[in-house]
Amino acid sequence: MSAPTGPRAGGRHAIRTYHEVADPGAEGVVAQIRDQARRLSDRLSRVGAVVAVASGKGGVGKSAVTANLAAVLASRGRAVGAADVDLHGPSLARMLGASRAPLSVGEDGVQPARGTLDVRLMSMDLLLASADATVRWRGPEEGAFAWQGTLEAGAVREFLADTAWGDLDLLLLDLPPGTDRLARLLEILPRLDGLILVTTPSEAARAAVARSARLAREAGIRVTGLVANMTAWRCPECGGETRLYEADGAERLADDTGLARWADVPFDPRLAVATDSGRPFAIVDPEAPVSRAFRDLADRLEAEIGAPA
Amino acid sequence: MKFLCVTCDAVMEYAERQLPGDGTMAVVYGCPTCAREIALLTNPMETRLVSGLGIQVGGRSVPDQPMELVRSALATGGDAFEDGSSRPDPDSADTGTRLTAGSVRWSEDARLRLQSVPTFVRGMVKKIYGEYAAERGIDEVTPEIMDRARADLGLEGM
Repeated sequence: MSAPTGPRAGGRHAIRTYHEVADPGAEGVVAQIRDQARRLSDRLSRVGAVVAVASGKGGVGKSAVTANLAAVLASRGRAVGAADVDLHGPSLARMLGASRAPLSVGEDGVQPARGTLDVRLMSMDLLLASADATVRWRGPEEGAFAWQGTLEAGAVREFLADTAWGDLDLLLLDLPPGTDRLARLLEILPRLDGLILVTTPSEAARAAVARSARLAREAGIRVTGLVANMTAWRCPECGGETRLYEADGAERLADDTGLARWADVPFDPRLAVATDSGRPFAIVDPEAPVSRAFRDLADRLEAEIGAPA
Repeated sequence: MKFLCVTCDAVMEYAERQLPGDGTMAVVYGCPTCAREIALLTNPMETRLVSGLGIQVGGRSVPDQPMELVRSALATGGDAFEDGSSRPDPDSADTGTRLTAGSVRWSEDARLRLQSVPTFVRGMVKKIYGEYAAERGIDEVTPEIMDRARADLGLEGM
């Protein structure tokens, strides 16, 4: 024990500072936090690449992009995992045909559900009592703002660290809307190998996604690409394309941020119908323009992260 | 967070934790020099904040269960996990000499109390209490044993 350092200015007692006091008990708490980080790092050490699909804006099609990209990569023989870290709006299980699939706990952790083409999946959707149940946590309603964020960050950490993903070529993380969610995820993850930012041509989406792009740049995420979703509608009769938005916010976004536009996904109502029924459209109709866009995205992603041929 | 006995300039040591079941928590620390004891009292919000970190004050005495935090904290969870059925059932306890989580008996009151635990998390909770009893040579889980386990193991959320 070191000697007291003398009264602090204005203090009645000579109280040592936090860092001057050695306390095995407090260090035990720090060790528990470190152990959590180590478990996550160990789990992800068996994953070739961890790639987040984010936006900053809601309703731009992140989950549909995630589900179709996962299916395309799995169809190429890749071992793919998908974690739906949108705790309050989970949709990935349904889109990958694993809605209400049971989970089991094994020696190595929670066994993920198996979706389309054997994509390994973890989602809050699988844990809720019913398909329309909302996520509510046990705890006092008063002051919920103070503890829910911490708890949900812990829940995301558990999704990633306690799921027995096994050996994966790629783990896709489907993020909820909000730039802050990407920032929180970066605090949890030991590494993020790639980021796909999904936008639409709308100006509202452009502004929100620009903030995420800036965050990614500041965080030093080297591999970041842009997916412009719902860019145009193609007439099935004449093949002519009609823009869905007057402006092309995606183009301006690419110019402003310097992000490469990895794929333009046209609007196709069949995409939503197929994906909602658990059959990613990129697999259902591989020759459709929208499916080709997902293949382009998969090609680009594999090239960027250096996936083996 | 550290606690210092100002009089002795000594770090106070963790002594025990109590969880009375109303969402609050009491953690007792004692000064190793003058034996003065203090209690840290947390309100339900603070208790949940601590458990939301996935840590246990005073250290863990049982290993983490997979997705322990989500499974214990989710109020709207269903029967997603099949783990309960894969474990030895207390009702089929054997009479071997070595106690295991599956071989300890459950009193009627303890069993009733277990029924109040959501099915979503019941298997995990049953295993934790069973292991707690078995490791201490206790052959029957009672509500009192459950209370003691909650405090000893820091099961704030269960």
